[in-house]
Amino acid sequence: MIAVLFAELRKLRRPTLALPTLLAASGLTALTTSLLYLLIDSPNGNGREGMKVDAIRLSKPDGLVFGFQSAATLLGVIALCVLAAQTAQEYTYGTLRNILVRQPSRMKVLAGKYVAMTLFAVLIVLVSAAVSFAISYALAGGAHVTTAAWTSSTGWHATTNALVNVTIATIGFGTLGMILGLLLRSPISSIAVGVIWILIVENLLTAVVSGIDKWLPGQLLTAVSTGGSISFNGTRAITYQYAMAGSAIYVVVGAVIVSVLFKRRDVAN
Amino acid sequence: MTSAISVTDLTKTYGAQTALSHATFDVPVGAVCGFVGPNGSGKTTTIRMLLGLISPSAGTGKVLGSSISEPEHYLPYVGALIEGPAFYPALSGRENLNVLATLGKFPKERVGQLLETVGLGSRGDSKFKTYSLGMKQRLGIAAALLPNPKLLILDEPTNGLDPSGIHEIRTLLRDLAQAGTTVFVSSHLLSEIEMICDYLVMLRSGNVIFSGQTHELLAAQQPVVVAKPENVDDLGALAEIVRRLEKEFSAVDGALEILAPQSWASTLNRSAFESGITLSWLETKLPTLEETFFDMTEGI
Repeated sequence: MIAVLFAELRKLRRPTLALPTLLAASGLTALTTSLLYLLIDSPNGNGREGMKVDAIRLSKPDGLVFGFQSAATLLGVIALCVLAAQTAQEYTYGTLRNILVRQPSRMKVLAGKYVAMTLFAVLIVLVSAAVSFAISYALAGGAHVTTAAWTSSTGWHATTNALVNVTIATIGFGTLGMILGLLLRSPISSIAVGVIWILIVENLLTAVVSGIDKWLPGQLLTAVSTGGSISFNGTRAITYQYAMAGSAIYVVVGAVIVSVLFKRRDVAN
Repeated sequence: MTSAISVTDLTKTYGAQTALSHATFDVPVGAVCGFVGPNGSGKTTTIRMLLGLISPSAGTGKVLGSSISEPEHYLPYVGALIEGPAFYPALSGRENLNVLATLGKFPKERVGQLLETVGLGSRGDSKFKTYSLGMKQRLGIAAALLPNPKLLILDEPTNGLDPSGIHEIRTLLRDLAQAGTTVFVSSHLLSEIEMICDYLVMLRSGNVIFSGQTHELLAAQQPVVVAKPENVDDLGALAEIVRRLEKEFSAVDGALEILAPQSWASTLNRSAFESGITLSWLETKLPTLEETFFDMTEGI
């Protein structure tokens, strides 16, 4: 498994993948965080879904992570795309047969690739967090936000929690991407299905069917990233424990199904 | 262990379609074995099963003494190029080989050596997507050689190569065979197979129709005596002599091709001389592998 892990890292670190992905992730986080501070007085709101987040709210101990957490779903979608593409392209390039000739244990191949891509997802989160935190400090003064509470013990605790939760959610989104990649065996199909489902279908369903967000994987993972208690349309909140349990069920069931398929399916292309 | 590959009743079906039916053959250790058959005859299906990529519907097989149901036991000693070279387009040739060397825990020094061996030393750092078909094929062969294999399985290794490339691969395979590597090679270039392979497995419609020494197959074919009269006007008279000697023949380019053993050539020469016909050409030839192949697979 270790050999597969290092072989996968060799592919992931290539400049044409690693650099654009990290730039896209940190750029989106930078945009979300900047808008939070730059539009703080806007009557149309400055947070997710038109929410108004004022200077008093941002001056609280968990104010530092507000922008970063707002970008969590987008970070998750990036992780979903990367893991889906990296998994499915082994089929479209025909490179899976090379891998399986060199490492015939399919479970070791799957585990090694998963750990490598998970490490890459963690790197995406850490780089994005660093960018978001730097921008928060840079723009706090201009938005009349005081930063003293951010470095209090409560502030450190909130920051650590947010980092852990966003990392868990991003890995969860990435795992869904890998599941789609293994099921559909095409990068374009798996990315299209994943992104359309998370960004369009789930939001439409949540808007028209009250309470359905508790059953949707993307909404559950977003709830994990924000520590739970996310409220949409003011109808229902999802607790952190519920979000974690629901996400885990989706991820574990999906992973078991694709693992069995991957182990048994003929590699004929 | 006397066989590098040994399969018995190996069968693969996809629904109602049978890709390979009860294939049974052995490839001796150290042989250079050609694996030939028309398109769709089951060659690639067989190779995939030998490499553990697909599971057989029935039958058994052994590679280097281990069952094909446990490929992890023998694949570390097997090099393979299957269905053409498949690599990551955005990585260089060297990086692609490094990925495979990391996977197989092979020494990294081999990557540079193999790039030189296959003639890609100067282009090793170019991206795979910039390679010509011949260069891609060379990289595929380098990848197959990474484990310093005891058994090398190559599917159409000369695809896309120019004549000098084909010559280099032929020399490489001969060198490997002399060093003790068993080579199992499928190709459509039957003249190449005839030149380098001492052993042959022939498939037709998913069935093995021959497996054994190449010379045994060719020796079993009916030889042809080719006789050409000096004067083309004597062709009719020469044909009459052959007819009288009760041999089958056909006229091709001013000569007669007569199905007869080599020893019969002197009988024909004597009869022609006695009838006042001078022969300008008289030779006995065995059918080539290509002619034998078409003969055995005709109607496919």
